[in-house]
Amino acid sequence: MTNPQIALSVAVMAVCTFLTRALPFLLFDRGKKPPKVILYLGRFLPPAVIAMLIVYCYRNVSFAAVGGWLPAFLAGAAVVALHLWKKNDMLSIMGGTVFYMILVQAVFR
Amino acid sequence: MNRKTLAAAFPHTVPVLMGYLSIGIVFGWMMSAAGFVPLWSVAMSITIYAGSGQYLGVDLLANASPLADVAFLTLIINFRHLVYGLSMLEKFRGVKGIRKLYMIFGLTDETYALLSGVQPPEGVDAGGFYFCISVLDQLYWIAGSLVGAVAGALITINTEGIDFAMTALFIVIAVEQWQSSGRHFPVFLGAGATLLSLLCLGPEGGRFLIPALVILVGGLLAARPMLDRPDGTPEGGEGA
Repeated sequence: MTNPQIALSVAVMAVCTFLTRALPFLLFDRGKKPPKVILYLGRFLPPAVIAMLIVYCYRNVSFAAVGGWLPAFLAGAAVVALHLWKKNDMLSIMGGTVFYMILVQAVFR
Repeated sequence: MNRKTLAAAFPHTVPVLMGYLSIGIVFGWMMSAAGFVPLWSVAMSITIYAGSGQYLGVDLLANASPLADVAFLTLIINFRHLVYGLSMLEKFRGVKGIRKLYMIFGLTDETYALLSGVQPPEGVDAGGFYFCISVLDQLYWIAGSLVGAVAGALITINTEGIDFAMTALFIVIAVEQWQSSGRHFPVFLGAGATLLSLLCLGPEGGRFLIPALVILVGGLLAARPMLDRPDGTPEGGEGA
């Protein structure tokens, strides 16, 4: 990618991110109560979207060889286990990532 | 922003300091591992300022994704911020002008969590106090990104697999949401709809997320009579 292309992509990300944060204020900051259906979606969409994004992260696993999927699933399970055990964001993220790196670099070569 | 306000705000931000430095370092490192100079990492942390959004951003930039995909995926991943805004309407009402604009811009998961929990101490202006927290948090984020990006550019170790940090971050958020909510149907719906869509369309460009999102919203609306009733079960759904 050329620098202008990178800059454009970054700008699009910045604008879209800001939009998601500003929209409630643009729509409902004049004292109007948000409609019930919006509040309902606001409550139940986030966990659904996170589940969706986890599937997105796993979109490129390949079942052709064991090294194509096992590292990602083992590391994912490690993150869940670490987080249930210590409830420390950093430990879970770093621990799972280092574990995954060891798996793909050294174990499933 | 005066010293007194800053002194009152700083202690509240220490947990975010630790968290943002570490997640920021990993972000910067991923960017450098993907071949981008540190300036881009810092530019992203200044203008975008979103943890999971920027992790995804590395992925999008590294794959040279088309702008339409960049826009769509960024909107999807940051969708949960709509919820933060809705619950901050009241709290931000007293803040005016550019400060308010900045605080809306800075409404990340962590800052949202902090702001929904804290009260300004006696004698400290509430708006200034919240504003201080927002600014400090972003400074930590920028600092972490810079350190990670520079380290990643200087230290050459095999970074294959470091991109798993994004997956790990989402899993952590999911575990926390799971534990704070008594209703897990949305999780299964989200995973199921996405999996179905992925199997039908394939992984290219992440476009399978579009039909997945449609099924998801439709499914949630259809399930509203079942989910949307106050029956005393614990519920969270406010995100991490």
